[in-house]
Amino acid sequence: MRDIAVVSAAQHQQKALTHTTEVELMVPLINEARGAVGLTQDDIGFTCSGSSDFLAGQAFSFVHTLDAVGAVPPISESHVEMDGAWALYEAWVKLQIGGVDTALVYSYGKSSPGSLRDVLSTQLDPYYLGPLWPDAFALAALQARIMLESGAVSEQRLAEIAVRSLNGAADNPRAVRSSAEATIDSILAEAPIADPLRPSDCAASADGGVAVVLAAGDRARELCERPAWIKGIDHRIDPHQPGVRDLTRAPSAQVAAAQAGAGDDRLDAAELAAPFTTQEHILELELGLGADTAVNANGGALAGHTMMAAGLMRIADAAAHIHDERADRVLGHAASGLYLQQNLVCVMEGE
Amino acid sequence: MPERLRADLVLEYPFTRTTGPVIGGFLTGLREGMILGIRRSDGTVLCPPTEYDPESSEPLTDLVEVGPGGEVVSWTWVDPPRSQSPWDQPHGLGLIQLDGADTPIVHGLLVEGPSELSVGMRVTARWRPEREGHIADLEGFVPEGAVR
Repeated sequence: MRDIAVVSAAQHQQKALTHTTEVELMVPLINEARGAVGLTQDDIGFTCSGSSDFLAGQAFSFVHTLDAVGAVPPISESHVEMDGAWALYEAWVKLQIGGVDTALVYSYGKSSPGSLRDVLSTQLDPYYLGPLWPDAFALAALQARIMLESGAVSEQRLAEIAVRSLNGAADNPRAVRSSAEATIDSILAEAPIADPLRPSDCAASADGGVAVVLAAGDRARELCERPAWIKGIDHRIDPHQPGVRDLTRAPSAQVAAAQAGAGDDRLDAAELAAPFTTQEHILELELGLGADTAVNANGGALAGHTMMAAGLMRIADAAAHIHDERADRVLGHAASGLYLQQNLVCVMEGE
Repeated sequence: MPERLRADLVLEYPFTRTTGPVIGGFLTGLREGMILGIRRSDGTVLCPPTEYDPESSEPLTDLVEVGPGGEVVSWTWVDPPRSQSPWDQPHGLGLIQLDGADTPIVHGLLVEGPSELSVGMRVTARWRPEREGHIADLEGFVPEGAVR
């Protein structure tokens, strides 16, 4: 296996990018990520992006966003209709195959023009679930009640996770929901938005984008003072129908973490892309995160969830801990689908 | 003067798609006012039925009737109703384990308010009079014994 590292990243997130197109959003981010390591598009061996036509409301919408990259002269390029973390996985595979030493990965999402909790119904199977248009909060509430009734989690614990996010996000300029004053009591006093879930249990929806540069071997050492070396990366999937799953668990997250070697050594920090407090609780257990791992130190996805980019943002956040010498071994996580159906785990280390 | 060539352009989606023996069987059952599950090799029954076993991946073929009664495994309250859903009034959404099935199905719970819902409550299917082989042929589930 080749040594491959995240060498730079740039991201932006806000509540609504009302008057900004996806191209206008991505031009400065892609320039910043490439520029931070002194590269232009001519130096990039492979480019891969993640986005969703269901948010853009247009087929092949990602083609427009290639204008932000500079696709002339022709580049080697690919796209996934998934969170950018899976675009990073494709780029990692491309670098493993060889022939290229650098890759640009980016993703973005603008869900503010529509109602994301309803648009997400389009990811459900088209016969049993989709035609009922159950919204994302209501479906998460079904899971939450099973977890609470079975004792898999307590309301107190969910409120603790909400407070951790709100407090952690207080100094994070990219967070769209934060509060230095939030307490467990203030969370428990919130009226349910989808009984038994409270507003603070549901991630705050955001618009944004993220760009990441990967490099292999000595190229990474040339470009970056302290590369975030990808020591393990894996993604797994569980069945789609909620009835056939134990909704208090996410087995695919556990397998992905084991395959990525998450538990092989101490993790200093973990950045999780959980869209609900219930699911953040499940992930901490499935990923085996202990008290010595700082989880979502700056608020995580609960403080601002950009559809299609939340996972790649978490990998960028995790890599930043290594770049800034705040940590030696970190985990970035991405999720996709209903009830954490699909999970990706990326373990990175500094030298 | 050369003849001008002319062709009509009709925008259409000229495809039909079969739902297959399992999903199609389930949907046909709904049209007949019947809910079907599918038996796995260990004897347990999945409802709604899937073409393949979610654990072993073996093909499943043995459709069996389940319900129409069942038990609420989980619920939430949807108010306001979502604009594209089959329901135009505030309603419950539930995971309902039908009698004879070992897995729950997602569907509507038709009651006046959330205070009427609880885990473990007995419910039964309410059908639409006009049915076409669609998941919404089931209007939803109502408390057992409720006036229909």
